[in-house]
Amino acid sequence: MKILLVFAALVAAACSEQLFVGDQVLRITASDEEQITLLRVLGEQAELQVDFWRHPTSPGQPADLRVPFLSLQAVKIFLESNSISYSIMIEDVQELLDEEKKTMTKSRRVERSTSTFDFASYHTIDEIYYWMDMLVDDHPSLVSKIQIGQSYENRPLYVLKFSTGGSNRSAIWLDTGIHSREWITQATGIWTANKIAKEYGQDPSVTAILDSMDIFFEIVTNPDGFAFTHSSNRMWRKTRSINPSSHCVGVDPNRNWDAGFGGSGSSSNPCSETYHGPYAHSEREVKAIVDFIRGHGNMKSVISIHSYSQMLLFPYGYKRAPAPNYQELNELAKKAVSDLAAVYGTKYTYGSVVDTIYMADGTTIDWAYDNGVKYSFTFELRDTGRYGFLLPSTQIIPTATETWPALLDIMVHVLEHPY
Amino acid sequence: AAMELPSSHYSATRAAALAAGYVCYRRGSPGRGLALRAVRRASRQDIDDVGHKYHLELVLEDVLDKDSTVNCTAEVLYHLGNKNIAPAVQFTIEGELKNTDEADNIFYSRIKSLEKELVAENIPDSHGSVSPEMEPIRLLAQVASGYVIWQNSTENTKFQLAQIKHVKQVKRSDDCLEFDYMILLHEMVSQDIIPWQMTVLWHPQHGVQVTQDSCQPKHALE
Repeated sequence: MKILLVFAALVAAACSEQLFVGDQVLRITASDEEQITLLRVLGEQAELQVDFWRHPTSPGQPADLRVPFLSLQAVKIFLESNSISYSIMIEDVQELLDEEKKTMTKSRRVERSTSTFDFASYHTIDEIYYWMDMLVDDHPSLVSKIQIGQSYENRPLYVLKFSTGGSNRSAIWLDTGIHSREWITQATGIWTANKIAKEYGQDPSVTAILDSMDIFFEIVTNPDGFAFTHSSNRMWRKTRSINPSSHCVGVDPNRNWDAGFGGSGSSSNPCSETYHGPYAHSEREVKAIVDFIRGHGNMKSVISIHSYSQMLLFPYGYKRAPAPNYQELNELAKKAVSDLAAVYGTKYTYGSVVDTIYMADGTTIDWAYDNGVKYSFTFELRDTGRYGFLLPSTQIIPTATETWPALLDIMVHVLEHPY
Repeated sequence: AAMELPSSHYSATRAAALAAGYVCYRRGSPGRGLALRAVRRASRQDIDDVGHKYHLELVLEDVLDKDSTVNCTAEVLYHLGNKNIAPAVQFTIEGELKNTDEADNIFYSRIKSLEKELVAENIPDSHGSVSPEMEPIRLLAQVASGYVIWQNSTENTKFQLAQIKHVKQVKRSDDCLEFDYMILLHEMVSQDIIPWQMTVLWHPQHGVQVTQDSCQPKHALE
């Protein structure tokens, strides 16, 4: 008989089905010490099988008691005859459990598909890394995830590779989030990566590009900084590397590249937001990209995405002399910002970094350009200062949507001008 | 001799940002914020022994109603030598600005009738959200920061209000509203985030006044 009981209990536990039908949770408030004692005695009645979710401690403090269906009448009579006030907090515990199970199953189902990912909110690093895996799962023959290195704090540096095959094809590099406080960029990166995956086989331009070229997309280019913007300082820009001679942390990853490194368009002060670092490529986050692009050997375009200012910029930042193909870059930028403006009327300015924004030494695109990547651009996304780095999440999808045709213009141009 | 500048050149856009900040300060209120929409034309004159004078044709937009824009001409003179003198700014707005008396009075009455002094922080929050009740508080900070920006700008700076870290209403015996703000300014050239304290006075009929302001040490942020 005992074995049967144990067996039944095990089966019930395994199924966790229908064990709490009709059970209620009562919120009881004892008015004096005597009532507290009575409640304790009630709890000790083994045959009633009640259990306190919140124990009676002192008069006036609520206690919560789960009462099995079969004991309800007895318990309520006890409380009422002793003038202990109570209310029904949960009418049917099983109903609540069923509801919860449904919700949990639903959200697990929801998370399994990129088509229900919330592109209109800002996400944490874990959420983004989780979404990346989903993207790969959803498009296994097009998208893969590569790790190109580790950050200073040993976070993985992931790059999404979009490829339809071939071997070491000409490629386009995109990065977002190199400056961690520029949250609109990582958010735009996610939307854009998803768009590329979705449009292959649908949009003629995307299809043409991916049929002969690869795209490499690093979305969280500065993961340590990004984690820090979530945990401690929303306005953090740099990496989180420790500077041995200073209490100030971090190097500006967009002044750390070996192109005009260390010049006046950057700072030698570790406490500065534009600190270039002890030497070029000192930052693991930068070195990983340098090694990757060098090792790849066939990168035809580097597009680095920042915010804010609404600008489309090209080399140089470290010198005033115009880039050799200045005309071509200027024309392409002009077309791209025009197509961007056509979406919602958002006005961008364009030009070389040094003319349009300021002298900047050791930047990503100058390094890429000086290393043979003819089509190197920096975007500065929305807005122009009203919200600045704190761009409302309601603007994520509009920003990504309008930037898309501009990105496509550049990528199509790269495709049509092989070198 | 005046030299025409490309409207996208950084020297033009810095002067324009300064001018827009100044205009916002002089014409703004909790019911009206003005921001720079575009630079239509810009030229620069180097005046010996005086400084650099920029002549600008700007388009300003109403922050609360993006479709509402006005043209504005402005002159900005950055003084040579003594960097402690604020640049001189003069401007003319073409046409009328929307009347904001109603919005201003509603805000004024609302604050006046609060039982406890208003206190708030992180406007906008990390996700860029500003609650509707805090919008006028934010605009007031925008207007007041225009004064701070004007007073502290040079040809090598471009300031924007990045965030209100903290705001506290200060009780007053007269009719004015007083707020003690701790704001973050973003300086574009150095990319610095600079905490700045400002004491702001406002009354619907008297405009915005910054009675006290001071730059705070950077570690005030952490």
